[in-house]
Amino acid sequence: MTRIIEIENLTKVFGDVVGVDDISLDVEEGEFITLLGPSGCGKSTLLRMIGGFEDPTHGRIFLDGQDVTNIPASKRAVNMVFQDYALFPHLSVGRNVGFGLRVAGVAKRDVIEKSREALALVGLEDRFDARPHMLSGGQRQRVALARAIVRRPRVLLLDEPLSALDANLREQMQVELKHLHTKVGLTFILVTHDQTEALTMSDRVVVMRNGRIVESGSPQELYESPKTGYVAGFIGSTNLFRSRVEIVCGAPMINCFGQSLIAPAAVASISGQEALFGFRPEKASLVSGGKGKQTNTLRGSLAEVLYHGQSARLVVDLGPDRVVIDLQITDVIGASGLPQVGDAVALSIESHKIMLLQDEVAA
Amino acid sequence: MTMASSNTDRRSRQVSLAAAERWSWLFGITLILGFLYLPIGVLVAYSFNASRSLTWPMSGLTFEWYLKLASNDQLIQAFYNSVYVAVCATALTLMIGVPAAITLDRIDFPGKGLFRKLILLPIALPGIITGISMLILFRAIGFNLSLEAVIVGHATALLAVVVTQVFARLQRLPQSLQEASADLGASGFQTFFLVTLPNIRTAVIGAGMLAFTLSFDEIPVTFFLTGRDNTLPMYIWSTMRRGITPEINAIGTLIVVVSIVLIFMSVLLLREKSGPKE
Ligand SMILES: Nc1ncnc2c1ncn2[C@@H]1O[C@H](COP(=O)(O)OP(=O)(O)O)[C@@H](O)[C@H]1O
Ligand SMILES: [Mg+2]
Repeated sequence: MTRIIEIENLTKVFGDVVGVDDISLDVEEGEFITLLGPSGCGKSTLLRMIGGFEDPTHGRIFLDGQDVTNIPASKRAVNMVFQDYALFPHLSVGRNVGFGLRVAGVAKRDVIEKSREALALVGLEDRFDARPHMLSGGQRQRVALARAIVRRPRVLLLDEPLSALDANLREQMQVELKHLHTKVGLTFILVTHDQTEALTMSDRVVVMRNGRIVESGSPQELYESPKTGYVAGFIGSTNLFRSRVEIVCGAPMINCFGQSLIAPAAVASISGQEALFGFRPEKASLVSGGKGKQTNTLRGSLAEVLYHGQSARLVVDLGPDRVVIDLQITDVIGASGLPQVGDAVALSIESHKIMLLQDEVAA
Repeated sequence: MTMASSNTDRRSRQVSLAAAERWSWLFGITLILGFLYLPIGVLVAYSFNASRSLTWPMSGLTFEWYLKLASNDQLIQAFYNSVYVAVCATALTLMIGVPAAITLDRIDFPGKGLFRKLILLPIALPGIITGISMLILFRAIGFNLSLEAVIVGHATALLAVVVTQVFARLQRLPQSLQEASADLGASGFQTFFLVTLPNIRTAVIGAGMLAFTLSFDEIPVTFFLTGRDNTLPMYIWSTMRRGITPEINAIGTLIVVVSIVLIFMSVLLLREKSGPKE
């Protein structure tokens, strides 16, 4: 794998707002990388600096080893799919797609041929002569994609490309984007605030907050073993709690809202200190009424049941606070087998499923 | 039941109220239209009146005044002068105004707010002030009073109109269009001609037509800056001192006809662009 983009200490300040704060990031060739974070965390600004639409206040950007920090957008071998698609309303679909070739002085016949090919790639070859306003949202999205890849840029930038589509179409386009990425083999950098989108499509997710990178990793890494409380809470949901670690009979014990749990063995190394812990709702299980003496149980009363069809989310009141657990509804636990609100319940969580997290609680 | 019937009662009362309201609106609109167009109607009617005097009832139909126009060399010269001035002033003001509007829209520079206000100020300035100050300036730099001086004067006064119109359109144009163009490799020049201009074309044409009309019947600035040449409004104004003649009605009617044609053209042009939008 070769590095296609290297970002060094990139910072962008708008007046007294710091949009992007000292970010360094490498992107591998052919990677599908997603910048994920809440609105206003600086994702677009970072993407726009890579595209050349925003001048960095500090820092440098390298493309294929070359410093492109001061090279204008028109001369960078990267293309962008804009959030509003930015299709030229006065040009036909075909001419929109061919625009980049036309201004580069490519012969007219080749422009038409390559535009047709690019449109075929997104399944719109029959709309060559249509005007953008005659297309549906999803079709416009595809035209914008075709237009951005027709010149085979080194990197394709996508700023919330699916946010304007309705839910069904969005899901379908996620799959198509992923396919397109495989088909054209380009490097994709996508911006989104939607964690599902990020997990579904990306090879690597970069989670951002307040202009900084909090954590990055593959979707599995970020979901299964997040390093920070922020990511644990932002991607999927996590029951978070703080506790001191104490060694009792050789095992590290922690306290979850007043009840003791055995922490994973590795936690013993920070005995005596306070730390942030968490467990995913689906990693805990319900202990059926009083049967057997389970270790690592939390006892409380059932405060709420949210039924989702194939699963149900139970909100359990532990006294000082509440935790949630997700249960798969199987033949064994039918929907009717769920406990009633107000019932005393016990839930069990295996030690190795408790995560030790770095101290940044989701805001 | 009772509830429902009282409901329908109320609805029918609302309907009749609405009807009364509609009639009073129609009446008001008729009044306004009459106020706007009656004078023009009178002008057109008297241009075909056989008698020289402007008395009611009119005394018969004639084309005499139109024939007289055709042989009035002074008037024809004044008409040509007006067209010359209006065409050149419009072209000049568009050539300066469109780039100025784009600069205002796209480029941030210190003092931008002040620059914007300064460009718009001449709209509020009486023509007589523009005329006098230009006269003084032209005298000072030794620029002869002439139709060309009038052109420069008009272009200056009209700049505000063009900049305002084009700037308003640019503000509604998504910034991302120009970014997309640059992203696809277009130079600033290519972006202007291939993306920006086609999307503000109708605003440019509209502003141009407005500028043309305003320049065509402008008197105060023209009065100070023209040398011995007469423009059409100046000619009309000077002959009017000897009383309203039927020829004036005839030329007025011709101007009305040409204006209507221009308005239709601009409406057609505007529709061609924005018709199928959404
Ligand atoms: N052109 C700008 N001028 C001033 N502030 C800006 C500008 N663009 C972005 N910002 C600010 O920078 C921060 C990051 O914005 P942005 O990158 O658009 O966030 P995101 O795309 O993650 O929602 C926000 O606080 C935003 O208000
Ligand atoms: Mg954004």
